[in-house]
Amino acid sequence: MQFVVMKIGANIQMPEIIQQRSIKQRPKYLNLTEIRQPLPAIASIMHRISGGALFLMLPFLIYLLQLSLGAPSEFETLKTIAGSPLIKLILLALLWGFLHHFCMGIRILLIDIHRGVDLKTARASTVAVFCISILLTLILGVKLW
Amino acid sequence: MVNVNHIPVGAHYGFGDWLLQRVTAMVMAVYTVIMGGTLLFCDVLSQDRWKSLLSGNCMRILTFLFILSLCFHAWVGVRDIWMDYVKSVGTRLTLHILTALMLIGCAGWASQILWRL
Repeated sequence: MQFVVMKIGANIQMPEIIQQRSIKQRPKYLNLTEIRQPLPAIASIMHRISGGALFLMLPFLIYLLQLSLGAPSEFETLKTIAGSPLIKLILLALLWGFLHHFCMGIRILLIDIHRGVDLKTARASTVAVFCISILLTLILGVKLW
Repeated sequence: MVNVNHIPVGAHYGFGDWLLQRVTAMVMAVYTVIMGGTLLFCDVLSQDRWKSLLSGNCMRILTFLFILSLCFHAWVGVRDIWMDYVKSVGTRLTLHILTALMLIGCAGWASQILWRL
């Protein structure tokens, strides 16, 4: 191993046998279902899932906006729709999705300007993303319920 | 004229999309703070107040900017999802087109709701 490192360090091409062996030793892929995902990875995939869900539900949300700004009868329709437990649950999930996406987005913007890049801060900021987004969901959820 | 010096691969490719996603994210973040604060600290849950809040000229323009930002942001983000997971070129192209059409439609619809107030 020392030999290989020295050779790379000296910027000299490795002998073919060593090259082949080092290629063979590399894992071919990461099995995502078998490795334990760290919290930032979970937050990251949730950023994507929440974004996709918000995109798919966009027409429904615009429809609700239309009802909320329409005639009084339409506002009553909105109240009926939003009053059903299933829709309430979906809206609450979308609210959480939006707030998670929002908090995680701010974390990404901070990382873009090299704030909180080291492992310890990156983990702490992920915990903060979860705490703040869930807390805001509860506050706004109670307020809008 | 075809620009023969254009290199469609490499680290710079996609910088425009990256920047667009960040700028639109910041616009939406500012709007979210304004709207979230209004919902939390002012009582706008009656329809009259909600209508007058959104029909004010300043708020209408801000909401319009939010909607436009959302559509551009979703365009970059959703296209990234299709590029990551959909391998077949034909399916991916179809999904890209459907995404673009849906977002343009949503932008028009939401704008119409705002300006009808």
